[in-house]
Amino acid sequence: MLSIKNLHAGIPGREIIKGFNLEVKAGEVHAIMGPNGSGKSTLSNILAGREDYEVTSGEVSFRGKNLLELSPEDRAREGLFLAFQYPVEIPGVSNINFLKTALNEIRAYKNLPPMEAKDFLKLVKEKQALVELQGTLANRSVNEGFSGGEKKRNEIFQMAMLEPSLCILDETDSGLDIDALRIVANGVNKLRSKDRSFVVITHYQRLLDYIVPDIVHVMYDGKIVKSGPKELALELEKKGYDWVKKEFVEA
Amino acid sequence: MNTAIARPTGIPAHLEGEFKTLLSKTFSSEPNWLKEKRKEAFEKFSETGIPSRRSEEYKYTDVKKIFSGGFTAIHNELHKLKLDHSKIFIDKNSIKLIFVNGWLYKDSTLSTNLPKGVVVGNLANEGLLLHSQLLQNKLNLSGDALAQLNHALWTDGALIFIPENCILETPIEILHIATGNNPVLANPRHLIIAEKNSSANIIENNISFELSTSVIVNSHTDISVGENARIRYYRLQNECKNAALISSICVAQEKNSHFDTNTISLENDFVRNNLDISLNGENCESHLNGLFITDGTQHIDNHSCVYHGQPNCQSNQLYKGILGGKSTGVFNGKIFVERDAQKTNAYQSSKNILLSDDSTINTKPELEIYADDVKCSHGSSTGKIDQEALFYLRARGLGEASAKILLLHAFASDVLNTIRDEELKNYLTELIEKNLNG
Repeated sequence: MLSIKNLHAGIPGREIIKGFNLEVKAGEVHAIMGPNGSGKSTLSNILAGREDYEVTSGEVSFRGKNLLELSPEDRAREGLFLAFQYPVEIPGVSNINFLKTALNEIRAYKNLPPMEAKDFLKLVKEKQALVELQGTLANRSVNEGFSGGEKKRNEIFQMAMLEPSLCILDETDSGLDIDALRIVANGVNKLRSKDRSFVVITHYQRLLDYIVPDIVHVMYDGKIVKSGPKELALELEKKGYDWVKKEFVEA
Repeated sequence: MNTAIARPTGIPAHLEGEFKTLLSKTFSSEPNWLKEKRKEAFEKFSETGIPSRRSEEYKYTDVKKIFSGGFTAIHNELHKLKLDHSKIFIDKNSIKLIFVNGWLYKDSTLSTNLPKGVVVGNLANEGLLLHSQLLQNKLNLSGDALAQLNHALWTDGALIFIPENCILETPIEILHIATGNNPVLANPRHLIIAEKNSSANIIENNISFELSTSVIVNSHTDISVGENARIRYYRLQNECKNAALISSICVAQEKNSHFDTNTISLENDFVRNNLDISLNGENCESHLNGLFITDGTQHIDNHSCVYHGQPNCQSNQLYKGILGGKSTGVFNGKIFVERDAQKTNAYQSSKNILLSDDSTINTKPELEIYADDVKCSHGSSTGKIDQEALFYLRARGLGEASAKILLLHAFASDVLNTIRDEELKNYLTELIEKNLNG
């Protein structure tokens, strides 16, 4: 599904990703944990195609294609979805119109005809229920005036609508209370399938109580320094990141 | 202000002679009071002449350049245009007035079953023949030097009179067409009067048609909104290639009256709009909204002035601009609050998106407040298209072009949403979509 080999990237004058490797197979859920400033969000932004970052070397292939050569929209059309850490408020653009345009542009890319209005509305209704998002929110401007929890639920709602094959969740748990966290995690769990992979980026272990990963990676200083089964997350929670940092420095 | 510095060197040499010719020929049969008004206006115009860029009000808009090309104020009616009414009008049910280069056009379709007392006609014939006294009272010499030039040279224009207690549901469309192969200075003049408790919706549309030379359209509109009356005035400046539009509107509001206006400027070369609102009674409300989308070397200048003369009035200005290419824009909004105009609420906002590195906007608020219990504010922002929002939309699969259009449309929608006439709103939404796709 996704293969990242020896990726080096950053902003001009500062390298942030320093030799990052990751293999994600279809249906797998990978968690990437790590202290602040280790490059987790930079990684997710690079994968989604944000042009502020410069890739200096390395390879990223996504479903057999060179991801780095694709525009952000083509990455999305190929089935990559980034749930933003800070979803943008876009006044004046209705959530529903925007999703309809997105869905139909993705369908056009796959040589499919635009979705019929009534099928689209049916889909909206069905997917909204998944994240317990109220109908009124779907009709408002994109994220405008949404609470933190509503914004994150809206991200998962969009994910459900666009049916991507790889979902990157960038600190989706940040700013969520326990109820909202449960709703978001339930939504994600319902979307898990053998064809769909997840990369869950998080600072805290608590999200992983709900979205149980197959593999946990620890990222530090721009690369993965430790990988292990889901129990690794619990160990990190107990011992903190200093333990990994120390191990890394000693190595 | 700086008008003292502007010397009257700005009077095109042939204009005085042309004015005399017009007085002795075209205007010769007019009543004396009107000829006197024309002379007085020409004198007032001559004090300053065409404003130069040294005048503060015209600092960013070079009207002298517009008048420096050869032009003539002497021209005749044209009656041989092949107009397709289904394309040039916005609302098929409206009452229609057509003017060509400042003259009434024969195709004007005046509805015969207007409510009692309503007048929708033209100033030069119907106005002077049937409503001379009204014109004598209402045709004042308001506005700046270019408005004075209009007052001296006007040929014709709309006369709209809505009597007391009359609610006119049918919108009135005033269409002005600039046309021909003669570089004329057209001076249409409109007069709109809404008496106590009346209401009307008016659409003023400016276009050019088969225009093979440059034409200056220097129009002036006086609007008086009586006690408890409401006027909605929509102004569209589109498809005016080769024409330079100079338009001044002076609105006088009496107590409890409402005036709402939208100025939408799209495809044109040069536009200067002056919008002066005088809130002369208590509890008046006035909403001034504007949207302009420019490209190429277009120039759009919106000057507004809201005068709060009485207490408890509210005024609200929202102007938005989307500028591309090497186009230039100006927004200058003045709010003047008299000492007695306590409890005034006056707001002003100018927001602009620059799509290119070579486009420019000059925006300037001017607040002059002499009362001490008021709420007045102004805000201005100019920037590029929101890159964060653009990335967000692209990350969901929208192509860059369609994401930009979606964002620009959202930006423009604030102004479009203030339009109450659904027919017009749909027309403009489509027009703007076409323009942005451009």
